[in-house]
Amino acid sequence: MPLDQRAKGGGAVKRASGPDALLVIVPALNEEGAIGEVVRQIRQHVPGAPVLVIDDCSDDGTIAVARAAGADVLPLAHHLGLGGCVQAGYKLAYELGFEYVIRVDGDGQHDAGDIPAILERLKSTGCEMVIGSRFVEENGSTTGMVRGLGIRFFRMVLRPILGKAVRDPTSGFVGVNRRALEVFSRSFPLEYPEIEALVVLQRRRFHFEEVPVKMHARAAGKSSITARKSLYYIAHVLLGVFVNILKYDGRPRPRDGG
Amino acid sequence: MDSLLHVTTVLSVVLLAMVLISVRRAHIRVEYSVSWLLAAGAMLLLSLSRPALEAIRRWTGVPDTPLTLFLMAGTVFLVMFFRFSIIISHLRDDNVALAQRVAMLEYRLRSLEQE
Repeated sequence: MPLDQRAKGGGAVKRASGPDALLVIVPALNEEGAIGEVVRQIRQHVPGAPVLVIDDCSDDGTIAVARAAGADVLPLAHHLGLGGCVQAGYKLAYELGFEYVIRVDGDGQHDAGDIPAILERLKSTGCEMVIGSRFVEENGSTTGMVRGLGIRFFRMVLRPILGKAVRDPTSGFVGVNRRALEVFSRSFPLEYPEIEALVVLQRRRFHFEEVPVKMHARAAGKSSITARKSLYYIAHVLLGVFVNILKYDGRPRPRDGG
Repeated sequence: MDSLLHVTTVLSVVLLAMVLISVRRAHIRVEYSVSWLLAAGAMLLLSLSRPALEAIRRWTGVPDTPLTLFLMAGTVFLVMFFRFSIIISHLRDDNVALAQRVAMLEYRLRSLEQE
């Protein structure tokens, strides 16, 4: 996509306005069917918070729809995958001085009405990460069979590593504070980041909590994770978890290294 | 045995020629061609020097001379692939960091233009 085309229109998220400043980030790839409503819902439930859509090089109208709905857009020069996309948002939020960042997926599965509860838990507990979980309370949220098995499997794997149970380790509906933001802006998994991010936090002896949230079916489009990809996902994440446990942090990294 | 050594000699020469042509056409950067040239050169020397190959076979205790040659070639190429995996991983990290930095700089530039 040419630079001049990406630079058109839309407002810009300004430097954080106060000590409790919240930024809502929305990673998106080809979500023109859902992104507009996602942004409107966020603005309705957290009217004071800027919304930043990070576009992972969509080839549909995601950028235009997001801007029309009132979001600002950080358009990536080329496709980085979910982790690289989310990390770009974390880096920008950290540089702009935001204290809290909440990630909401661009496909409409996350209910923006739960954002205030996540923010409140971040503030009241002082923990570094709050996960919006489908399984803390019975709320009618469902997952596919393969994903459900994967979630159970990773609960078992993560329990001894994290030292506490995590009910919804694959949830992308997460809030982080500035301490986690500082870590994630330097080191964040590039693919399937949710589970590995928990291990990255654990390595710094940070804490996380879960709050109950509702999740909906996708508003539009198709999930990129098929049944076959789920097996690859499990193997990849499992390897990533153990690599993060063993990770040597002394290797010289580029200043913005992922 | 001799015909096998002839085949590996020809393969080594072909590999050397391919790498040199690729460097000349700038398809491979010089620093990344060194590993290939060393590997192809080592293969060529071993193929042409049967006594050296025999000495390595006795030293390593491998029962068969052709097997020695293929084990050595396999080891050299495995080391090279490992080295290239490290290089590619560094390049990928740098590439992601650069793409993010470009996006953020563009974003800040646009913010300044709007003020």
